[in-house]
Amino acid sequence: MNTAFLLFLIIVAGTLVITYYAARKTKTTSEFYTAGGGLSGWQNGLAIAGDYMSAASFLGIAGMVALFGFDGFFYSIGFLVAYLVVLYVIAEPLRNLGKYTMADMIAARFNDKKVRGVAALNSITISIFYMIAQLVGAGALIKLLLGLDYTSSVLIVGALMTVYVVFGGMTATSWVQIIKCVLLMAGTFIISLIVFAKFDFNLMHMFDQMRTATPLKEAFLYPGNKFTNGLDTISLNLALVLGTAGLPHILIRFFTVKDAPTARKSVVVATWIIGLFYVMTLFLGFGAAAFVGKDVIVKANAAGNMAAPLLAKALGGDFLFAFISAVAFATILAVVAGLVLSAASAFAHDFYGHIIRKGKATEKEQVRSAKLASVGVAIVSIILSLYAQKLNVAFLVALAFAVAASANLPVLVFTVFWRRFNTAGAVTGMLVGLISALVLVIISPNVWDPTAGKAILVGTPLISLTNPGIISIPLGFIGAWVGTMLSSKRDDVKYDEIIVRANTGIQETL
Amino acid sequence: MKEQLKTNPYSEIVRSEPFSRLMAKKKRFIVPMMLFFLVFYFILPIMTSYSQVLNQKAFGSITWAWVFASAQFLMTWVLCWLYSRKAVEFDRLADQIKVESTAKERKAG
Repeated sequence: MNTAFLLFLIIVAGTLVITYYAARKTKTTSEFYTAGGGLSGWQNGLAIAGDYMSAASFLGIAGMVALFGFDGFFYSIGFLVAYLVVLYVIAEPLRNLGKYTMADMIAARFNDKKVRGVAALNSITISIFYMIAQLVGAGALIKLLLGLDYTSSVLIVGALMTVYVVFGGMTATSWVQIIKCVLLMAGTFIISLIVFAKFDFNLMHMFDQMRTATPLKEAFLYPGNKFTNGLDTISLNLALVLGTAGLPHILIRFFTVKDAPTARKSVVVATWIIGLFYVMTLFLGFGAAAFVGKDVIVKANAAGNMAAPLLAKALGGDFLFAFISAVAFATILAVVAGLVLSAASAFAHDFYGHIIRKGKATEKEQVRSAKLASVGVAIVSIILSLYAQKLNVAFLVALAFAVAASANLPVLVFTVFWRRFNTAGAVTGMLVGLISALVLVIISPNVWDPTAGKAILVGTPLISLTNPGIISIPLGFIGAWVGTMLSSKRDDVKYDEIIVRANTGIQETL
Repeated sequence: MKEQLKTNPYSEIVRSEPFSRLMAKKKRFIVPMMLFFLVFYFILPIMTSYSQVLNQKAFGSITWAWVFASAQFLMTWVLCWLYSRKAVEFDRLADQIKVESTAKERKAG
């Protein structure tokens, strides 16, 4: 039995033990969705980081830096700066207004079935896109690392995520994310340290050597190797920096702490960890480019996803390779568990609890519906992933960010900051953002390519933008504004309540 | 409608002095900071897409593009720290508003 397999088993066993203990503390609805709201700022900060740093970040960015140099680093910057939007605008009002889901925050102001329904639809769409990306990535990775076929790999990851969420709810999910975060930081730190040592712990030296170490030569250090269309680059950056604040699986993490100051502290902790991690992606990328080499990386996976594990092998032999592979596996498990929970809460809490049962479901019915929804979401995602094997993973993640930034962010912002905003504006804003982002992707080069096999369909794309953000995000805001203006409805008393609650944490009981 | 405005406890808080002070303080801090970091963030992709200026060397083989990229990390951490420091003031005012409103409730109830 090889080391990688053994480490995989240890991770599976460890997470199942966590789930067993978490299950004993997961009886009520609040325990299932928010771990009872009792996490500390540090714990939640680590869990946010663990929820956020997906395999796409770890494997994808390391690979992109290794193959394209500076351009790969754009993702690292965008994924990090995005946390300032979360900290300054979203985290505290969200904690003060919401209960279990993102839709709760919007529904706190507009208690309307349509608003909640559309918000829940957005959450489910984003989470499922994101989850397919993770499962497709997981399937490819495990296939490569353990030699299992794609279908069994997806089924294993799918089964594990279902078990964590159904039995351990948010408590198990949080602890899996915390442990994964620690493992991932440790693994990347070890590799970065070895890489830096190879460059004599000298940054100047490292950059000097990178000028000649890759086939790109000096151009490796310059922007423009991957992103050649300026508008597209800016569009991508827009989606990255504004998308995080609209990702449902990140937003629901803020309900696991007791109040807004703790939510704030958790963002600060998460931002430090995520920042340090993305600094290290540079060392991973440079190291892979210099010590593994482009040809070997591309041969293992055309998109460069194997750069980090291959670097571990080149630096530390089979054991480090096995360890990093196991870390990547843990990374995938932690992220997909968070995604199942966010999609399931939108189904069970928003659709079933509020729209169908009108908030009258008993505690027992709520927990049961949440568990059933988790199983349902998991099954649907697994089936979709089995058909999505050939899709580009980065494309699905970028799409999820673009939808989050276009459909969710404008409405979340207006809910708290715009007095005139109303129900019609919320519904139009969310629908315009969602539909425009999806349509722009459907007519983009991600889907259409004149050369057969390069994209999903053969043909000329209608637009040249690969990322819809620069059009769909303004459309989301404009949609919300136009919808508001076309309706004469205005409720100043309700807005007074919202700004008081959002800014002070005073509860509805007043 | 007027009647309702008068009796709504939230509207009373909104019109109170501490609450307007809190909102003014938040606005004065958050709006300029947001504008600053969004501008600072987008200057990088705009400059790398439409000019070659950042390809000039800053230190050894390290170009200004990398220096600017690292500055984005520093900027994020510094703004995080500044916000947490400033938020202590926000929390104090929010607590004061909370205490006053519950005291009023008790008197009324």
